Amino acid sequence: MALQRMFHEPEQLEDGYEVVIIGAGGHGLAAAHYLARDYGIRDIAVVDKGYIGGGNTGRNTAIVRSNYLTVEGVKFYDESVRLFSELSQDLDFNLFYSERGHFTLAHTDGTLRTMRWRAEVNKHLGVDSEILTPEEIAKICPSLDLTCGGHMPVLGALYHPPGAVVRHDAVAWGYAREACRMGVEIHQKTPVLGIRVNDHNEVEGVETSRGFIACKRVLSAVAGYTPRITRMVGLRTPIVVHPLQACVTEPLKPWLDSIVVSANFHVYVSQSSRGELVMGASLDPYELHSERSTLDFVEGLTGHVLDIFPFLSNVAIIRQWAGMSDMTPDFSPIMGTTPVKGFYLDAGWGTWGFKATPVCGTTMAHTVATDQNHELISAFNLCRFASYSLVGEKGAASVGH
Amino acid sequence: MKLLCCPINGVRPLQEFAFGGEVRPMPDAASVSDEAWSDYVFNRAGEPGVRREWWYHIASGTWFIAERDTLKDEFYRTYLYGENQDDRPAHHEGGQT
Repeated sequence: MALQRMFHEPEQLEDGYEVVIIGAGGHGLAAAHYLARDYGIRDIAVVDKGYIGGGNTGRNTAIVRSNYLTVEGVKFYDESVRLFSELSQDLDFNLFYSERGHFTLAHTDGTLRTMRWRAEVNKHLGVDSEILTPEEIAKICPSLDLTCGGHMPVLGALYHPPGAVVRHDAVAWGYAREACRMGVEIHQKTPVLGIRVNDHNEVEGVETSRGFIACKRVLSAVAGYTPRITRMVGLRTPIVVHPLQACVTEPLKPWLDSIVVSANFHVYVSQSSRGELVMGASLDPYELHSERSTLDFVEGLTGHVLDIFPFLSNVAIIRQWAGMSDMTPDFSPIMGTTPVKGFYLDAGWGTWGFKATPVCGTTMAHTVATDQNHELISAFNLCRFASYSLVGEKGAASVGH
Repeated sequence: MKLLCCPINGVRPLQEFAFGGEVRPMPDAASVSDEAWSDYVFNRAGEPGVRREWWYHIASGTWFIAERDTLKDEFYRTYLYGENQDDRPAHHEGGQT
């Protein structure tokens, strides 16, 4: 008896498709899903060098929030939070979407000032976000040591009640299943070797390990592999790749409802529904195209986590991993049309990509279907650098500001 | 422990160093086109490969150049600026062609 599978695994790669999406992560699969559902474009191949959700979709710390700093960023990520909150129903698949409340702790006056700024921008745009005093933090999150052992005590926090965690693999699986149902083909273990562009700078097709696919539209949604793909079409970008690491502890009894982030210590902690503490820190300090883990990371991270939660000193780290972050100079993504006709970018996702998964799907589907940048992403186009119109996003995680 | 050879102080643990980004010869600001200048300001050779990079030995304040494979994370050699003919601005590899 044949097993009931979540996704089809088509054996045959067709000679051509209407759209080819490179990258079967959350972003690529979400774009495929919305292209099929909202624009009736179902002749789509999603190709991936590895497997569904095997890149940064499965390597992030699964946090969703919209308390950013720039108007462009807040509007964009808030639409993502809205889509995420309805996504389990939309995909008929339980994503374990869990609203926790998100604290960003400030330990210096300068950081608190940026948080006040963020809170005002957020409130102006209708996002639930406010500054809390240490006393108010203690009421909601009593396990936190506000003195941090006397070293950089907590002065306040930016509190964002809609902050949530989601089962990140399930997001990719849910989108993949729905896209497959509508006729999208997902070809795993199919690396892209080249992209054919004609003399008029228009996309003609994609060379893969399993042969050439003719297509006029290609969407690249490959995060840390973006520079390798943009090179194939002769585009230069500001993207540099740094590893971003994370780890989990052994499972503990549930004690931490909230998502706790320290802007100054560069750590973030939440407790998964399995009881593990999911923890991350800042980017690795130098460029590297690798998903290796380091002891430096765990030592640095745990030292700071113990400043905030000293009672965790005997808890064991059981697993650590890394993803490749495609960083941009202004901490905003690079999305939409490019100088190559038919080549669309969903890139520059640095440390902020997972939380944008659904809104990347809807906006990139619009952009690919109409060849016009969706209004939510027009500020994020690659052309912003040549005109010095950067979108400085100091609300991004895991980076020093 | 990962090690790096400072041209002045010899082999030291990597934790003593800071990364300064790829070596990018600056075009002549007075004569360069707007397009080439913004390319110099923002764009980088982001794909993996052997690169010449600025590194800094924090303890002694020494800036130097390292040749490193950004895929394998292997250092091939290190030297002070000016010790290699590739340092000369004429050898401009970063610009848009």
